[in-house]
Amino acid sequence: MDESEGRRRFLKSVSVLGAAIPAAAAAQHAGHAPAKPEKFMFLSPAEVAFLDAAVARLIPADELGGGAKEAGVTYFIDQQLFGGYGVMAKMYRQGPHAEGTPQQGYQSPLTPQEVYRAAIAEVNAACAKQYGKSFDKLASAQQDEVLRALDEGKFALEAVPPRFFFNLLLDNTVEGFFSDPIYGGNRDKIGWKLVGFPGVAAVYTQHVEKHGVPYEALPVSIVDILEGKTALDEHGHPKHVLLVRKES
Amino acid sequence: MATKLKPVDAVVVGVGLTGTILAKELAEAGLQVVGLERGRWRDTDPDFAMPHAHDELRYVKRHELMQDLSRETISFRNNTKETALPMRQLGSFRPGEGVGGAAVHWGGLTWRFLPWDFETRSRTLARYGKDHWPTDCTSQDWGITYEELEPHFDRFEYLYGISGKAGNLKGKIIAGGNPFEGSRSREYPNPPLKTAYAGALFDDAAKKLGYHPFPSPSAALSRPYTNEYGATINGCVYCGYCQFFGCEMGAKASPQTAVLPNLMKQKKFELRTLANVVKVNLDSDKKRAVSVSYIDSRGREFEQPAELILLTSYVFNNVRLMLLSGIGKPYDPAANAGVVGRNYAYQTPSSVTLFFEDKVFNQFMAAGGLGMTIDDFNGDNFDHSALGFIGGGFFQAATSGSRPIEVRPVPRGTPRWGGEWKQAVAKYFNRSFPITIQGACQSYRTNYLDLDPTYRDSYGLPLLRMTFDRRENEHKMSTWITNKAAEIAKAIGPSKMNVTPRTEKYTIVPYQSTHNTGGAAMGADASTSAVNKYLQSWDVPNVFVVGASAFPQNGGYNPTGTVGALTFQALQAIKTRYLKRPGPLA
Repeated sequence: MDESEGRRRFLKSVSVLGAAIPAAAAAQHAGHAPAKPEKFMFLSPAEVAFLDAAVARLIPADELGGGAKEAGVTYFIDQQLFGGYGVMAKMYRQGPHAEGTPQQGYQSPLTPQEVYRAAIAEVNAACAKQYGKSFDKLASAQQDEVLRALDEGKFALEAVPPRFFFNLLLDNTVEGFFSDPIYGGNRDKIGWKLVGFPGVAAVYTQHVEKHGVPYEALPVSIVDILEGKTALDEHGHPKHVLLVRKES
Repeated sequence: MATKLKPVDAVVVGVGLTGTILAKELAEAGLQVVGLERGRWRDTDPDFAMPHAHDELRYVKRHELMQDLSRETISFRNNTKETALPMRQLGSFRPGEGVGGAAVHWGGLTWRFLPWDFETRSRTLARYGKDHWPTDCTSQDWGITYEELEPHFDRFEYLYGISGKAGNLKGKIIAGGNPFEGSRSREYPNPPLKTAYAGALFDDAAKKLGYHPFPSPSAALSRPYTNEYGATINGCVYCGYCQFFGCEMGAKASPQTAVLPNLMKQKKFELRTLANVVKVNLDSDKKRAVSVSYIDSRGREFEQPAELILLTSYVFNNVRLMLLSGIGKPYDPAANAGVVGRNYAYQTPSSVTLFFEDKVFNQFMAAGGLGMTIDDFNGDNFDHSALGFIGGGFFQAATSGSRPIEVRPVPRGTPRWGGEWKQAVAKYFNRSFPITIQGACQSYRTNYLDLDPTYRDSYGLPLLRMTFDRRENEHKMSTWITNKAAEIAKAIGPSKMNVTPRTEKYTIVPYQSTHNTGGAAMGADASTSAVNKYLQSWDVPNVFVVGASAFPQNGGYNPTGTVGALTFQALQAIKTRYLKRPGPLA
């Protein structure tokens, strides 16, 4: 994958404190863009196309930088669905099942894996009927219309209530955008750079009382540390490389 | 077929905050003590080691340190007209699992409940009269006063090395502390944590409005500290991965950092992990517990006989074991009779979030319990006569850790997704902070715990069923005090703010707080409490039930400091009286 728009903007707007980017920071900054397309474990090509399109509307690319698609959120969701989360490993699954009240929460007998499989097929079928195309082929405005209808509970689904699927999708999209890149999303730390979150924390004892002073650091991921790309203190906290923002 | 084991003096069911202290003290006093813990062994190294310790998805969203619901959960309904359904995923609260319990991932706010809290009913009736009492409210006095508990609060705070500032030392009001707190015998063992920007702004605004701000008392330690058990807790580095996480620095007081180093050296203590207690066995007249039954990780059943049985697990499991074992009469809401499961309560949290255009807060530099607080609107610290509710809560400008999966506030009216949402998240992630309000929750005749008629755990035993909703008193209180917090917020001068009182029907879905209370309430009257003021079962005197399960209602604070004090209250009674002459203490 090529250098993302977000990262270009990020690099343009900041320069590293001091004369040059230390070698370790440069390596850490090189990102984790996979050389080849991801190998999906659970999602079918049609489901990948659906999710790429849907997450790009939920968190779009814009002048601030890449969105959920560029962050690899589809791959993140694939990995989550294939693992313990996708099969409700730590959740209670015994019946009998009933829909219950909204206050009673997740009551579907379907696992997240099964919810995605069933709901994506239904949404695509409905789009084909209404627009003659699958969701991923629709114009952005039409995609937003479909997503809004799911969000508002106005898009009829059989397998699960529409808002249930939408909330799951939105929740997982946000997770994939902001979680550590070790899970396959937040590629190039797009999400963290967007909000100014430094990721794995340094020792902040000397900074916490610098009131109102921005703390802008190259974000550090667990991956960076496991790959030895970041200098550490004696407790294993990264030594953040601080940046200064150029006035534009 | 159960294997019957060699009898011991005492069994501790649940090796968390209360169980570790009781086990250590009783083993040292010469008793042979066995600790049974359904989860696994956990310690700072390697379980909370860097860099994986700083993984928000794993700890906050996938609940690494929390209860595995696939084996056991609770069922829930808002009222008796509904059918309870199982809590299939964690939401509103996040109980722990494994050695250390929820005190591994707790947030660290360590309060003493107010003197008023322990006498809620009698003091309310005395000051406001019967007409002021909420309908159906079963809140009651605890059978113990703050003054009796003071030495035990003190002992717990010194054991856990709490960072804070006294506001009332032996009756003398001290500037910079909480002037509303009960009189304390000593200053906190450690000074307060540093002050973050959010706290500094709140401090200034609250003072200008005539309130009394002070640094929140925290179990994230402001400096390294060695406690009476010889355990050294480190100084906090403000990494911001505190609540919901284990501490890689060993700087958050917990069973792991404060008690286990000593407990595990006790020759008369034996820990058995992956040992799930399913029943306390009583003798034929149900007046004496003879043993506990547990199942190990291979599915083998054991019977462990003991003279003294201490139920020290989380609220839910303490109550459930009593119900499964026939200890005390189960509560019946229709008849308003029986005691076990009665007076279940929770918390009424609310908040005001402040958004700024020109200020950055670095809220990711944080510690559990880091913040500035006012207590002016807690308990009965303000006149309720014209307000139509009882209780209150503390307000805190909280800097407890902003990580973007869960904490990414946007001004009300922002869409939930799409470009506008993204712009708002980018702008306000670092330009906002919350004032959080830990509202109290009274107990009611209709809120209770019992056994579910339908749903079962992985052993085939009934789940605990929760029937709960907040009532008009809580909604009125939350609205009124949250508006008070909004006045302070306004004085700070944000460009926008979200004022969010808690007025909706209780839902088990979004996280609110792991402050479930009651179900085995303590009290002076055996017809309205399950345990006496020493946390001893009225019906089966060789069983003590220790934890927030003993709270008859919940105060406007985090519960752990009071749980710690109750632990030492039970311990003192056991050591000085019960062991000399086993039998009812009250």
